[in-house]
Amino acid sequence: MPAISFTNITKKFGKVLALDRLSFDVQNGEYLCVLGPTGSGKTTLLRLIAGLLRPDEGAIYFDGKPVNRLEAHDRNAVYVPQQYALFPHLTVLQNVAFGPLARQKPEKEALDAAWKTLEMVRLSWRAKAYPSELSGGMQQRVALARGLASGADLLLLDEPLGALDARLRLDLRHKLRELVKQSGFTAIHVTHDRDEAMSVADRILVLRGGRIQDHGVPPRVYMRPSGIFVANLIGGANLLEGIVDTVTEEISTTRMRGGLMIRTPRAPLPTTEQPVILAIRKETVEISSRDIQRDNVLKGEVREIHFLGSFREYLIRLTNGDVIASRRFLEGMESEFKVGENVTVGFDSRDIIIFAYPRQGLRKELEIS
Amino acid sequence: MPKLDIMGVSKFYGNITAVDSASFRIEDKEYVCIIGPSGCGKSTLIKCIAGIISPDRGEILIDGEPVKQVPIEDRKIGYVFQDIALFPHMTVRDNLAYGLAVRSAGADQIGRVTNEMLDLINMRERSKSFPIELSGGAQQKVAVARAIATGSYLFLLDEPLGALDALVRAELRYELKQLAKDLGLTIIHVTHDQEEALSIADRVIIMKRGRIVEIGTPAEVYLSPKTLFTENFVGETNLLEGKVLRIEGDLCTVGIGSRAIRTLVSGRQPDERVVVSVRPEFVAITSASGADGWRGRIKQVTFLGSLNHYLVETDEGIELVAHTTTTSELDKGFHVEDKVDLVLDGKHMLLFDYPTEGLEKEIALE
Repeated sequence: MPAISFTNITKKFGKVLALDRLSFDVQNGEYLCVLGPTGSGKTTLLRLIAGLLRPDEGAIYFDGKPVNRLEAHDRNAVYVPQQYALFPHLTVLQNVAFGPLARQKPEKEALDAAWKTLEMVRLSWRAKAYPSELSGGMQQRVALARGLASGADLLLLDEPLGALDARLRLDLRHKLRELVKQSGFTAIHVTHDRDEAMSVADRILVLRGGRIQDHGVPPRVYMRPSGIFVANLIGGANLLEGIVDTVTEEISTTRMRGGLMIRTPRAPLPTTEQPVILAIRKETVEISSRDIQRDNVLKGEVREIHFLGSFREYLIRLTNGDVIASRRFLEGMESEFKVGENVTVGFDSRDIIIFAYPRQGLRKELEIS
Repeated sequence: MPKLDIMGVSKFYGNITAVDSASFRIEDKEYVCIIGPSGCGKSTLIKCIAGIISPDRGEILIDGEPVKQVPIEDRKIGYVFQDIALFPHMTVRDNLAYGLAVRSAGADQIGRVTNEMLDLINMRERSKSFPIELSGGAQQKVAVARAIATGSYLFLLDEPLGALDALVRAELRYELKQLAKDLGLTIIHVTHDQEEALSIADRVIIMKRGRIVEIGTPAEVYLSPKTLFTENFVGETNLLEGKVLRIEGDLCTVGIGSRAIRTLVSGRQPDERVVVSVRPEFVAITSASGADGWRGRIKQVTFLGSLNHYLVETDEGIELVAHTTTTSELDKGFHVEDKVDLVLDGKHMLLFDYPTEGLEKEIALE
C-alpha cells in the first residue's frame, strides 16, 4: 500500500492551473524529490499533501485512505516551509523540542531528542540562541531539525537547503538523506537543484507547468529521460538538430546541418525524413588531437574552455557550424587543448538519445517558465 | 583605463570587523569573483567599493583617484544585485532608457543606446513587455543591460544570479561573462556559489571572517590553494589529520592513524602535524584485492549523472568520499556494503600545516 497516492489531482488558483491531473504514488519509507522550475507547481503539491490546500479535483490517499477531508493537524505529516517560521521567543533547542512536547513526550526525552537532532544538523553549539541571533542558513537548519524531531511519519520539505551557501548545501545534502533514512520517514523534498535531487532522492518526479514530465530513479531519468526538457534539466546535454536519413535493422543515420552524417541508434523512434533532436551527454563526447575510434568521428575547433574545478568543459565548433560540448575530468592546471586548436571529437551511437523534433520548436520546448 | 585599487579597507560595526584590511588591485577589463561563506564580508566590501557604505579605514582608488572625492552619481559604477530592481510600471525599453534620461541624454542618443542594449541581450521583441511578464532570468538580463546603458565601465554585481533557478543560473553566467568580454567591462561579482566563480572569473578572491584569505586564478585556487580553508571551500575534499614520518627526496610519508601514505610534497620536516587533502576525484576504488592499501566498506552510493559519488568507511573508521566518472571503465558500479580497496593518488595530495585553532574551526563555513 503506497504511503501517498495522488489520483488525477487538479488545483487551480483563479484561472491559473497550478496542477493538472497529477497521478503518482509514494511508497512507505521512500525519499521522493520533486524537481522543477519556479512556478511548476512544486510547492502547491507539497501543500496539498500537508492539508494546507484542498484539491479542486481528484483524491489524495494516505495508506489507501482518502484524506481530502482530513485537517492538516490530523495528517501525521510535518511541513517545513521555505520561509521557516520559528518561534522567536523560544531558544533553538526549545523550538526543536516543540513537536515532541506538544505530543506529550516527557520533557527530558523531548529535549534529548531535540539535542541529538541539532547535533546532526551541526547546530548543537547554538542550542541556547534565539532565532534572531542566527543567520538565515542556520534558521533553516533549525526548521529542518524541528521537522526531523517532530515524530511525524511524513516529512514535507520545501527547498530545505535553499537558504544555504552552495558549499554548505553540498555538505548537508548527503547528511540530510542519511537523517531521513535513519529516522524512517517517508519524505517529499521540493527543489529546483538537480544535483541536490539526484543526491538525496530514491526517485525523482519532474514537474513542469503543473504536469508530470518524468518520474523514476535518478539513473533512469538521467540516462533515458522522457523528453528533451528533462534531458536538459537533469544534467544538461548537447542538443543537435537533424533529420533522419536512413534506417536499417541495427542503426540509423541522421543528417545534420551542412549534410554532416551521424550514426544514431535505431530504436525506437526514427522513420526516414523525420526531424529529430539528438541529445548527447557532455561526458560521453571524447576530444582528442589524434584519430580516435568511435561510431562518430568529427572535426572541429575549440571555441571556449570553462574550468569547473574537478572538470573542464570544452565547446567545440564542428565543421558544419554546430557547437558540441565535451566534459573532461582529471586535467591538471593547464587545459589539454587550447582555444583555436583543431581537434577531433567522437561519440558512440549508443550514447545518443534521439527525440522527435518538438512541435513548438526547440527553444519553446526548453523554456523554463 | 579603469583599474581599481583597494588599499587597507576596513569596516567596523560595533565590535564586529566586517571587513579587515582588504588590499588588492583589479586590472582593466578583468572579471573578478569574490566568494566566501555568508557573513564573510563580501557584500560589505562590494558596497564600500560602490560607495554605498563608507569604509572606516583605507582608501579606494579608481584609476589612481580616491573614489570618495567623486560624488556617487559621477562615479560611473554600475551596480546590480540579487533582488531584481526594475521599475514594475515601465516597459523593458523604458527601464533601459531610464538611466540615460536621468543623465539628460538627448532623445536620439537614448533611442540608439536602448536599441543597442535590446540587441545585446537579444530582447528586442520583448521591448514592450513589463517586467512581470518576463522570467526571472530575463528580468536580470534587463537589469544588467540597464546598468551597462548608463555608460559605466566598472560593474559591481552582488549575487546577480542568486534569485534564479539552478539551470537558468548556469546558462546566464556564461552570457554575463561573454558580455563583459565583448564590451571590455571590468567586473567584480560577489557570489556564494564556488562553481559559478570558478567557471567565469579571471581571478577569484576568497574571504573568511572579514579577511581576504587568498587571490588566484580558478585553477590555482582549486588545484593548488595556499590555505586549507580555500581547499575545502572551493570544492569537496577529504581531509586527513596526520604527522610527517619521514622525508626521502621528493617523497614525504605521512602517518594517518595506523596507516602511512606517501605524497609528492617538498618542504616538510619530520614530526610536523599536518592535514592531508585529497579530492574525491583522486580517490580510486577497486574491488577488494588484498593489496596493501586502504580497505573499506561502501556506505553510500549516489548517482550524480556524469559522476558516481561513493562514501566509503575504511577499516580504521575514516570516512572517505570517492568520485568516479560514469563513463570510466574502472567504475564497476559498486553497491552499499561492498568491500573495496582504495587508492589515494599521492601525486594529487596537498599538505597543510595543522591549523593552530583546530581543523574544524579553520574550515568552518559560518
